[in-house]
Amino acid sequence: MGGFSQAFAEAFSLLWGFDARVLEIVLLSLQVSGLAVLIGTFIGLPLGACLAVGRFPGKQAAAVIINGFMGLPSVVVGVVVYLLLSRSGPMGDFGLLYTPSAMVIAQVVLVVPLMAAIARQVVEDAWRQYREELAALRYGWWDSVRVLLHDCRFSLSVAVLAGLGRAMSEVGAVMIVGGNIDRATRVMTTAIALETSKGDLPLAIALGMVLLMLILLLNAGAFALRTTVMRRFE
Amino acid sequence: MSLFPLQLRDVVFRPNGRAVLDGVDLTLSGEGITVVLGPNGAGKSVLLRTICGLLAPTGGVIDWGSSVFDPAAVGMVFQHPVMLRSSVIDNIALGLVPRGVGARERRLAAMAMLDQIGLADRANDNARQLSGGEQQRLALGRVWLTRPRLLLLDEPTSSLDPSAVEAVERIVRQIRTEGTKILMTTHNLGQATRLADDIVFLAGGRVREHVPVRRFFSQPASVEARQFIQGELPWHLAF
Repeated sequence: MGGFSQAFAEAFSLLWGFDARVLEIVLLSLQVSGLAVLIGTFIGLPLGACLAVGRFPGKQAAAVIINGFMGLPSVVVGVVVYLLLSRSGPMGDFGLLYTPSAMVIAQVVLVVPLMAAIARQVVEDAWRQYREELAALRYGWWDSVRVLLHDCRFSLSVAVLAGLGRAMSEVGAVMIVGGNIDRATRVMTTAIALETSKGDLPLAIALGMVLLMLILLLNAGAFALRTTVMRRFE
Repeated sequence: MSLFPLQLRDVVFRPNGRAVLDGVDLTLSGEGITVVLGPNGAGKSVLLRTICGLLAPTGGVIDWGSSVFDPAAVGMVFQHPVMLRSSVIDNIALGLVPRGVGARERRLAAMAMLDQIGLADRANDNARQLSGGEQQRLALGRVWLTRPRLLLLDEPTSSLDPSAVEAVERIVRQIRTEGTKILMTTHNLGQATRLADDIVFLAGGRVREHVPVRRFFSQPASVEARQFIQGELPWHLAF
């Protein structure tokens, strides 16, 4: 019990003192996950909206696949991205393996299906309501996608938050493609896993608290923004 | 190339085997306001949606005068228009987006239209917070802005109070004055007498009468029309 409280005390002291190691890891985590979610937003949301609005053969199958990929095991994604980026792989020449870029790629693969599946559901509900009006105004499918994405922007913030949550809490894929290299590819989740296994609990606890706080803060911020803006337009 | 005379010949719409339109024959000239009357379930809304191209008829021919169907020349306003989660000005400019009008031109045209329909002072308000009558005026302005040759109105004043109905009717008359042909449905016989040049009476998915408005109300030719005007229930619904 004494060791446990001591570990917490040391964790607080690391945070209170703005420990350089902690800051470096937190910053890299935010950069990697932030960029992955940004790219994921530009791919996942339009993809989900296209699946909702478009009429093409295999639409239902595509929706099932996207929904299925929401629960894609991160280690499987890690292995696939590893194979693609490894020296002998098709993208080996870019030399991205064990770099933050590789971690961004892996996280994009993880968040896109999740964001696309949520976006598809949200946009499909709106599409049912707007379909006739937009058709009568002679909107083509692409113009409809654009209008619906804009109109559903408040609800779609949930998709972005879900993507961010998944990216920031992900361990397996970034561990495999990033290698968890100190001062290069070590992010909060991989550092927590490593430090816990090494028995360095204060750093693991400190990073865990930061991770938890960041996720809570982001959710609270998004909730506040959503509530304020929705009050104006609902 | 003119859309008119618009001719519907033996138009059938039969989803799942039940005939909603059961051989509609109708010829529309390019001027004035034609009001479609008929009991609930007569096929009025479906007729408008079919002409608009939102529903594909299961049979028959729609002959667009001397031209082929030009979707951009046909506009439609619904009973419950949809307002996007945006400002009034964004909503009214919505119809110009697929027509490739630039943002600056859209804004100018939208402001002019808001002025015309009496909503200029609400330009930056949330469109969803407008009253029902204001939303219907906005919906009319939104379509009017696209300068359609044929405007289809599906019960545009149902559930509006008399002053809102009057405001909507004023806009409908203005649109007509600009040379747009209007085909509208209503359950309000007073409105039909105020606005219509001619009446199409629809019952059981067929056109029973298509006559000038005065003749329809003074000398209805069919039993169904007579009962409809007098507000009588058909015999098989009276028990």
